[in-house]
Amino acid sequence: MRTRILGFVALGAVVAMTVVGLFVVPADLNQGDAQRIMYPHVASAWVGYLSFGVTALAGIGWLWRRDRRFDAVALAAAEIGVMFTAFAIWGGMMWGRPIWGVFWQWEDPRLITTALLLALYVGYLLFRRLTDDPERRATRAAIVGIVAAIDIPIVHFSVEWWRGLHQTATIGSPDRVLNPSAPMQFVATLLGTLAAFTLAWAYLMIRRYQLARAEAQREESRRVERVMSARTAEPAR
Amino acid sequence: MNALRLELRVAVAVARKDALAELRGRHATVSTLFFAAIVLLLFGFALGPDAARLAAAAPGFLWLAVVFAGILAVNRLHLLETDDDAMEQLALYPVSRRAIYAGKALGGFAVMLLIGIVVLGAVGILFAVDIASAWLPLSTAVVLGTLGVAAVGTFYAGLTVRLRAREVMLPLLMLPVLAPLLLGAVKATTAAIAGDPFGELGAWLQLMAAFDLVMLVAGAATYGYLLED
Repeated sequence: MRTRILGFVALGAVVAMTVVGLFVVPADLNQGDAQRIMYPHVASAWVGYLSFGVTALAGIGWLWRRDRRFDAVALAAAEIGVMFTAFAIWGGMMWGRPIWGVFWQWEDPRLITTALLLALYVGYLLFRRLTDDPERRATRAAIVGIVAAIDIPIVHFSVEWWRGLHQTATIGSPDRVLNPSAPMQFVATLLGTLAAFTLAWAYLMIRRYQLARAEAQREESRRVERVMSARTAEPAR
Repeated sequence: MNALRLELRVAVAVARKDALAELRGRHATVSTLFFAAIVLLLFGFALGPDAARLAAAAPGFLWLAVVFAGILAVNRLHLLETDDDAMEQLALYPVSRRAIYAGKALGGFAVMLLIGIVVLGAVGILFAVDIASAWLPLSTAVVLGTLGVAAVGTFYAGLTVRLRAREVMLPLLMLPVLAPLLLGAVKATTAAIAGDPFGELGAWLQLMAAFDLVMLVAGAATYGYLLED
């Protein structure tokens, strides 16, 4: 029941912030209406990063405590993170086309970092499906998730340098949105969208976690059933 | 001190075992080298025959060829262990897991270093790049780059060697992780060939060294979990 309430609150918040972002806040002077994409874009990138942090922490939790609930959390976070990260990249491309003139800007370090991040965690999800034994799967997935998280800061710095050693910052970089010199209205809308997306993330996490637990239970009871039927099939001695 | 020396001896023994198996008739390194050479030729077809363009793209070719060949090389080194359940035997030895990882990575590094040196020479010949005048920074980059590929590759090959879809999963997991090393290696090589006009070579080599260190520590710390499961 509480989860359901959270779901409705999250839904209401996302709808409200969508209305605010589209109709209430004035359009940006330089970028026009395209800048409105920044609100969900930044918010989904944030929950994407949050998810991958949770996946790594849950992986550490599994290796430490061997409690399969940790593995369910890791799976839920990775799946939801991939969804939000893909959405962030898609939104960024929709914004980049009118502002930069291209969908894909090789000189934007954040885009490249996020794309690699998506590749890392799509790999994580595909990898999970290849091990049948749940304990082994949890261990192997935990290691992959932890090493991927270790790699993220290195990816970030290398990509930052890769561009940064030659090129000055791109015009209209997403920094501007979070710049404190921006009018309060923009900042408030962005923070509101961040909060709404985080609520939605929390709701999705709970539901996906419950689903993962139910899946694990079914997996377990099927295994028990197989063992039992193999036993009864043995001829009586 | 004694414990460290013992681990070192174990690591060298594991690497030596792989090297012996390789020398006594498996010859996977030779085919991997030919694969790298073919990759270089194909890059030439893809971007040639304009010589200036090929020379400009040569550092990228060098490292893509090394990374692609690296996927095959580290996979081979672990396939070795799946014959006759050798992996289980390896896990049963009463030695630290770190040492086993270090040994596998050392064996991988030896193979990768050989590939890196040969590919560097081939790039110099095929794309008319002057590698002789910048031999010191270039060989440093080759050592750091191949060490990173071996460190990451050994870890992921150990992870995927027992999976059904091993051939797909290994590059899928390994390549995004290797991306920062690839960036650093290409940039360092480009800078070294150009005579380092912007004074950035040191920074890129440091990035590569940091990557190697982080991945070696991560691999050593987690490899034990792979052997046990």
